[in-house]
Amino acid sequence: MTYEQILYNLVSRDERFVVLTAENRAAIRNLPGMIGNRFIDTGITEMTLVGMSAGLALRGRIPVSHALATFLTMRAFEFIRTDVGISGLPVKLVGGVPGLLSEANGPTHQAIEDVSIMRGIPGMNVFCPADEDDMLKCIEQILLSPSPYYIRYNGRKTDYRHSSSFKEGKAEVISTGKDINILTYGTLFKESLETMEILERRGLRTGLVNLRTLKPVDEGVLLDSLTNYSYTVTIEDHFMTGGLFSIVSETAMKNGKHGRVIPIAFENKWFKPALFEDVLEYEKLTPPDLAERIFRTIDKNEKQN
Amino acid sequence: MTEEKNEKLKMTAYKVRQHIIRMSTNGGCFIGASLSCADILVYLYECFLNINGNNMESGDRDMFFLSKGHDVPALYGTLVETGLLEEERLKNHLQTNDFIYWHPNTKIPGVEFHSGSLGHLLSVAMGAAYDFKLREKKNKVVVLLGDGELNEGSVWEALLVASSLKLDNLIVIVDRNMFQANKETEQLIRLEPLQDKFLTFGCDVKYVYGHDFEELEKALSANKHRSGNPFVIIARTIRGRGLSSIEARADRWFVNFTGEEALMLLEELKTGAKPELTSESLMVR
Repeated sequence: MTYEQILYNLVSRDERFVVLTAENRAAIRNLPGMIGNRFIDTGITEMTLVGMSAGLALRGRIPVSHALATFLTMRAFEFIRTDVGISGLPVKLVGGVPGLLSEANGPTHQAIEDVSIMRGIPGMNVFCPADEDDMLKCIEQILLSPSPYYIRYNGRKTDYRHSSSFKEGKAEVISTGKDINILTYGTLFKESLETMEILERRGLRTGLVNLRTLKPVDEGVLLDSLTNYSYTVTIEDHFMTGGLFSIVSETAMKNGKHGRVIPIAFENKWFKPALFEDVLEYEKLTPPDLAERIFRTIDKNEKQN
Repeated sequence: MTEEKNEKLKMTAYKVRQHIIRMSTNGGCFIGASLSCADILVYLYECFLNINGNNMESGDRDMFFLSKGHDVPALYGTLVETGLLEEERLKNHLQTNDFIYWHPNTKIPGVEFHSGSLGHLLSVAMGAAYDFKLREKKNKVVVLLGDGELNEGSVWEALLVASSLKLDNLIVIVDRNMFQANKETEQLIRLEPLQDKFLTFGCDVKYVYGHDFEELEKALSANKHRSGNPFVIIARTIRGRGLSSIEARADRWFVNFTGEEALMLLEELKTGAKPELTSESLMVR
């Protein structure tokens, strides 16, 4: 089943659902013809999209509202905070081409602070699926949740088949180890998985966790990682500030834990605009690069001790 | 409109203005803007909107959105006079034991949605209007905007969408009191010719004197025949209307009057006796 089919089924069987877009139809191209006036295209107007969504939700609807992730979360930020956040209405905001998925569009389109700013809104939840399979396995539950949600849309196709058991605030533990635990979400899941395999081959017992929802976050999994592994690695296509590394740090401090964490994220820079695979190469985010970065950091640490 | 009805509305508006004046001390309020829209709110709640104590829990009532949220004392007063809000609660204005503060919020019965940040509730009202359309309901959705609020781009963005979606169950009323926070609108950001702007955005437009109940009635009843376009009423009003000591003065926009001054203003409202006021406008913007 595709994302579009899941939406179609929800709209068909539950009259609360309406689908909106600020002329971002990539994932929902066929829906207009299928759901008639339950599909609303507001044109290139992110503020109006969000305001209208709040008004529809106020009337008992569940709007699933699409726009490119940068424009949705930043152009319309105050509308999200003020109209959706303060009211707590169950508006589902779907951000298209977040993070690396914006490929060659350039910094204007790079939503790599979206998690940070969305999770800062009281009551707003954040779902970052690892790939299309993960997204399709969780999305219905997210859309039916009574909370507002920011959804980092991820249609990336991978061979990995995720667990269909999903709970908000519950991470998917892919594997466990002892030496290194990789925590990740979103687009770089596939690279994280392959990095884990490289590390394993080189004798490091490596765990891997797909966070799924960053808010609510699975604190238990984060604390377990800090406590029971020699190293925790966070991998994300997001700024260092406010994303998973920040969440791990906040969780550690709040709970009086500490641990060695290797953060892999964009530090105070935009990434090189290019086609997806070329960005990975350029930004040293391919699995061999990632493994190398992890090894190097560990080496440096061991020498210092 | 019968003379009797007109007099009754005037009496209600008088009481609403008394409430506003009482809220202009002990912390103060946006008294000028509140006084300018008081007559519009009274007419809407008394005569136009199907909103009453019996249908507040039902999804089948009309909806009103106060987008220029700083004039909420006029709404508090109107909600009290129409029996939706307990009068006692107005004594809690700005107190931490209640939710009667400088902008509207949904803890107040009759307030559909919070506001305060300008340029928001037109699009929120459009969401509600679209829902009524989906349900094939005839309910009306009214949103009140300030003229200063029209500086916000989000208003014009939303209007483009409202006319494209043919939301003719949406009535936008502009409280055209010719002032924004510190200056006259035309001396800061020109809005005129305002009627033309709304027309070219695909709206039907009527221009009325917003302190005349008969004109308001005539304009609002014109909307019974729905044309497919959103309906805009530009209501020419006077900021501070009812108190000549405040009317059309940029420096009496947001004032925290002394208790004594508030009493004098109540007297002015009654008899027209102009008081000596020394409290100055608080700078919010």
